[in-house]
Amino acid sequence: MTDMQPVMSARGLVKRYGRVTAMDQADFEIYPGEVLAVIGDNGAGKSTLVKSLCGAVVPDHGVIELDGKPIHFTSPMQARDAGIETVYQNLALSPALSIADNMFLGREIYAPGILGRVFKKLDKKAMHKQARERLVELGLLTIQNIGQLVETLSGGQRQGVAVARAAAFAKKFVIMDEPTAALGVKESRRVLDLIKDVRARGLPIVLISHNMPHVFEVADRIHIHRLGRRAAVIDPEKYSMSDAVAIMTGAMEPPAELCPPKVTAH
Amino acid sequence: MTSETTRGPQEFEKVLADSATEVAQFELEDNNLLRRLHHFLHANPTAVPVIVLIISILMFGAIANNFFTAFNMTLIIQQVTIIGILGVAQTLIILTAGIDLSVAAVMMLSAVLMGNLAVNMGVPTVLAIPFGVLVGAACGGANGLLVTRFRLPPFIVTLGTWKIFFALNLYFSGGQSIRSQDIDQAAPALKLFGDSFQLLGAQFTTGSLLMLLLFPLFYYILNWTPWGRHVYAVGDDIDAARLSGIRTRRVLLSVYALAGALCALAGWVSIGRVGSVSPQSFFEGNLDAITAVVIGGTSLFGGRGSIFGTLVGALIVGVFRSGLNLSGVDVLWQQFAVGALIILAVAIDQWIRKVSS
Repeated sequence: MTDMQPVMSARGLVKRYGRVTAMDQADFEIYPGEVLAVIGDNGAGKSTLVKSLCGAVVPDHGVIELDGKPIHFTSPMQARDAGIETVYQNLALSPALSIADNMFLGREIYAPGILGRVFKKLDKKAMHKQARERLVELGLLTIQNIGQLVETLSGGQRQGVAVARAAAFAKKFVIMDEPTAALGVKESRRVLDLIKDVRARGLPIVLISHNMPHVFEVADRIHIHRLGRRAAVIDPEKYSMSDAVAIMTGAMEPPAELCPPKVTAH
Repeated sequence: MTSETTRGPQEFEKVLADSATEVAQFELEDNNLLRRLHHFLHANPTAVPVIVLIISILMFGAIANNFFTAFNMTLIIQQVTIIGILGVAQTLIILTAGIDLSVAAVMMLSAVLMGNLAVNMGVPTVLAIPFGVLVGAACGGANGLLVTRFRLPPFIVTLGTWKIFFALNLYFSGGQSIRSQDIDQAAPALKLFGDSFQLLGAQFTTGSLLMLLLFPLFYYILNWTPWGRHVYAVGDDIDAARLSGIRTRRVLLSVYALAGALCALAGWVSIGRVGSVSPQSFFEGNLDAITAVVIGGTSLFGGRGSIFGTLVGALIVGVFRSGLNLSGVDVLWQQFAVGALIILAVAIDQWIRKVSS
């Protein structure tokens, strides 16, 4: 193990819904510069875990630390303000608004001076410029017109806009929920490249996915969730997809050691 | 256990490098006139009502005597003053995928309160008018609270409050009108928006000028301020808006309250327009405002539409009424024509939206 400090860590998270236990002493760490995949069967509690990291669920017990300091999120907004961005499976975009409007939805840029302060005027020029920069940074050059409505974009392009928005505003890390689930081969490829680009810019990513080939391609470490807790963290270079599935489903004993964070990350 | 094939692109993806890179293109010959029109209208939803307005003006100009006069044109604008202001309020609500059946009731309740306070109870007009506007905002706020806090459908909420506000209006007015002479004597400022002035040989009222100014103002608010963008986002997809960090309840509440205040403003203007405060007037204001919004191309499903469409929609209604009137057509056919227009407008909206689904 290195003595690298995790960006975020969680210890002993418990969440019960009535008599159903969704999380049972779950642990979690994400380290700087890595892509951490979270996999698990349906009902294993991985979405409850991830939701408690991004503030959508408040755990009953346990501690969550951000940069070593304990935090208690009670809403997704607090997590967002703390620098944690989530790309939801349904993308959370407004189809009838433009790309630029969507990227800055909820955190618009005001025009300088009295126009912005008193008349709340938007600085559309700055918003368009920054939105374009973000998209170009991530290699999404196919989008020509930043004022284009999101409903005119393809599924992959929409995913690109959602990822670009998250990457533009995240200070700590990005959570991506099934980013390739609804996409074709070509578009999935583009999103996977996008994930690598975001990591290359130093932003850690928590990737939730059921797609084993995708997970094994981009993840630095794989967190396997089973029966409401972390069963193992494995190194995708040392274990195969069938090993991961076996641990996930209980067919194989999980390894005792957790995979340490890769020092190569930074 | 390490296998090189599990890292990096999959075997079947290798062909992607050779795959076509250009964006999908389709034969232009396939684009017949109808499809091009469809595309144009989808990009410019306000174009439909503008075309309808121009055609109807030309049509009535050709068949009705005295239609094409400056006097008649300004008369039409005066006649749609109240519908226009209520239409602005209704547009805000419909953009959030809601509907407000209580706009006319709020308007009359506010007008009755302003009149009662200023004329019958001797309250200074400078206090009575803001109080009336405040009551309007509170009525709208009550609608908004019921919609956001209790999660009731806007149609049902405002159907209920329509009756409640109308009952309150009758209670406070006692069913009695406030006469024009009494207003002139006690509180002439109530009739401020009935004042008229000459411009380019035509007569305008300050009320219709106010109505016309509200449209660019709300165009700015809806398109150039974060609040305006949030109104569209909430109406388009409320879950997406919430996840994007918009406080959706607060936006909805503010929309309903602002709509209520606008209805009260319409109430003040209506005193000038009618000359008296009559609790039974503008009974049709509700449906006329919705008609203007719908004909103006704003989608009842929320998130799509423009405020200027509502102005055009209101003018279309005014032109039809005036044109059919001057042509000597029976009132029943005016109703018939407006009804047909509504259905046509919604049908066109559905057709335009097909491309996006």
